[in-house]
Amino acid sequence: MGLTNESTGMAALKDMFNIEIQSPNEVVIALAGNPNTGKSTVFNSLTGLNQHTGNWPGKTVSNAQGRYSYKNKQYILVDLPGTYSILANSVEEEIARDFICFGNPHVTVVVTDATSLERNLNLVLQVMEITDKVVLCVNLMDEAKRKNIHINLKELEKLLGIPVVGTTARSGEGLEELKSAIAKVASGKIQTNPKKVNYDKFLEKSIKEIETHINDLIGNRLNSRWVALHLLDGNDELIKSINDHMGLNLSQHNLLNKKLENIHQDIKNEFDEMKDLKDYIVTSIVKTGEDISKKVVSFKDKNYIQLERKIDGILTSKTFGIPIMIALLGIVFWITIKGANVPSNILAKGLFWIEARLSTFLKLIKAPIWVHDILVLGVYRTLAWVVSVMLPPMAIFFPLFTLLEDLGYLPRVAFNLDYYFKKAGAHGKQALTMCMGFGCNAAGVISCRIIDSPRERLIAIITNNFVPCNGRFPILISLATIFIASSTGAFRSLVATLSVLTSILLGVIITLFISKLLSKTILKGLPSSFTLELPPYRKPQIGRIIVGSIFDRTLFVLGRAVMVAALVIWVMANIRINDINILTYCAQFLNPFAQVLGLDGYILMAFILGLPANEIVIPILIMSYMSTGSMLELDSLREMKQLLVNNGWTWLTAVCTMLFALNHWPCGTTLLTIRKETQSLKWTLISFLVPTITGIVVCFIVAQGARLFGLV
Amino acid sequence: MEKTLFTLNQLPIGSHSKVKQLIADGPIRRRMLDLGLIQDTIVKSLIKSPAGDPIAYEIRGTVIALRSEEASQILVELVEKQEGRRGNGIN
Repeated sequence: MGLTNESTGMAALKDMFNIEIQSPNEVVIALAGNPNTGKSTVFNSLTGLNQHTGNWPGKTVSNAQGRYSYKNKQYILVDLPGTYSILANSVEEEIARDFICFGNPHVTVVVTDATSLERNLNLVLQVMEITDKVVLCVNLMDEAKRKNIHINLKELEKLLGIPVVGTTARSGEGLEELKSAIAKVASGKIQTNPKKVNYDKFLEKSIKEIETHINDLIGNRLNSRWVALHLLDGNDELIKSINDHMGLNLSQHNLLNKKLENIHQDIKNEFDEMKDLKDYIVTSIVKTGEDISKKVVSFKDKNYIQLERKIDGILTSKTFGIPIMIALLGIVFWITIKGANVPSNILAKGLFWIEARLSTFLKLIKAPIWVHDILVLGVYRTLAWVVSVMLPPMAIFFPLFTLLEDLGYLPRVAFNLDYYFKKAGAHGKQALTMCMGFGCNAAGVISCRIIDSPRERLIAIITNNFVPCNGRFPILISLATIFIASSTGAFRSLVATLSVLTSILLGVIITLFISKLLSKTILKGLPSSFTLELPPYRKPQIGRIIVGSIFDRTLFVLGRAVMVAALVIWVMANIRINDINILTYCAQFLNPFAQVLGLDGYILMAFILGLPANEIVIPILIMSYMSTGSMLELDSLREMKQLLVNNGWTWLTAVCTMLFALNHWPCGTTLLTIRKETQSLKWTLISFLVPTITGIVVCFIVAQGARLFGLV
Repeated sequence: MEKTLFTLNQLPIGSHSKVKQLIADGPIRRRMLDLGLIQDTIVKSLIKSPAGDPIAYEIRGTVIALRSEEASQILVELVEKQEGRRGNGIN
């Protein structure tokens, strides 16, 4: 099948290292760190950019680049993927290592979590083996303080021999000091003296022997001690990388190889096998980290950690874990639906008040009647509907969802669901990529890079579309609110919530089912190994969440929808075949097939036209129904239901539309992303077909079932 | 005296144990070592997921969930809680 890392998007990742340096004075800084240490927050705070942040490990999967200036100098910051190590067990580690080694950063900043410094030091020490130009940023100092963890930064600086800066990146604390330390290390004002991990006498002697040879070959382009160490432990990946990036094939140097061979023979006597040498090296690094940590970290009380464990105990308990998860999701939907009601109506009233003024204005300037009709009754009215129906739920849902993400709840979801993903032959982190899909399926597909195994990554990519993104989510919410629930009086919001919740759960069940199907058929294999960190809960950044999710997600998505919708409407209203507009023409053609699925031709057409962006499905639908003659004074949400009913909608139509919204082809952006990530047309096509066929089958069964039992 | 070895996933929640041997090989072994699971590291079994697998463990101040497939490749011996986090006490 040729599922190598090259073919699954990692080549694309490497492209991003092509840094554009505008002038030779610019300083390149690599930002490394364990997953989930607030690295992206540090990046954002320094550069003023808006890289997505969230409290779950592995979120930064591509390398962002940004700039900042400090004391009249330009700095380029490269955000590397979060890794526990750079000894290259995974593609991310290889990328991080290769950039630090061969990307020639002037300074490497390692961001660490103050609340788990000991584990973080492993990476710090590894980076310090490669380069002297290191600055340590101990982030999340506020969290450490809250947990009564004290870190003696001065002592740490002394022990490590590199500048150490304590920061709380989200409030900006310590960033000036960080910039200053970076500047001083880059300019050579601070000469670092990094502590090297000491290995035993035999190994040190062997390193020395090799080191001189390597020094002759590489000079000071790489740290020869470090290269020597990893030639000794048989790291073939490194030899390959040196060949790739420096055009230097070490395996062809006879003298070096002879020497290595001799030493390898000795190693076999000293250590039982090569595996033991590798173990010995990692163990030495971990032990060094442990020793340093013991000297600088003090826990004043453990009550806080106890509380966190208790919360975890409840959120992941056998009895309550999954019910709580569903309930939380339900509460989020309920608040969204309940809360969106009032602003939706206010927006509708306001926007239609403007419509009336607009209409008067056009008549006043004596615009031709057809211009008035297209502009006001066509474009404006449809857009007014889109805004009033879609904006409030989006503006409420995304901040709430981001809140859960920021708190650190998502890894618990992955923990709760992992068993089922394992049973489905999929990777536990697929639960995380699934959650990313709630925001945007294209982002969800990219986030699948956190899954190392190519087979499981493909399963996650193909099934990502089964969770509704924020383009499709409003379809579910608006239909649930204005159609399904409006007939049930007092329990309106509750019914709406339950129907949205049911569709999401159905999406998860379908995800598991299809994953299982894939891993039994075209993507056969066993689940690979899996470690998942459950990060500490963190105080969410409420202000940032609200601003971030409203501006980043809601307005951006809605803006795109409005622009695409306006364009489509313009085209649809102006191109005519046999005197009926093209939309109706197509819809009539599709209608027989759509009816079998419980939909109608317009709905199916709206989904087809929604290929560039799913947000426009509802606008197109409203527009096409309005253009068929039922010109309603749409001044309240109830009228919208009337519009649908007038066009032959029943509860079954609404249910099938919701189901089809959940299961159909991914949007254009997602498909392009899949093409880029998999580097394969075949897998892109499969990702298109799998949800589409699922949608057709599910809608067919529901529609025919309901009709068979005479429910409609 | 030799103590009995268990696989990490066999131990009840709340128990503390000391890593003795990793059976895993290749990248998984490396990942475990990078997470700090070296010889004599004290690990606490923290919580089970609703289905009983994976289980979350406290390892060097962080919480890491491991599936039974991985945890069963970590051989540990049971230690008394009083022995402390690093396991420097009686043996």
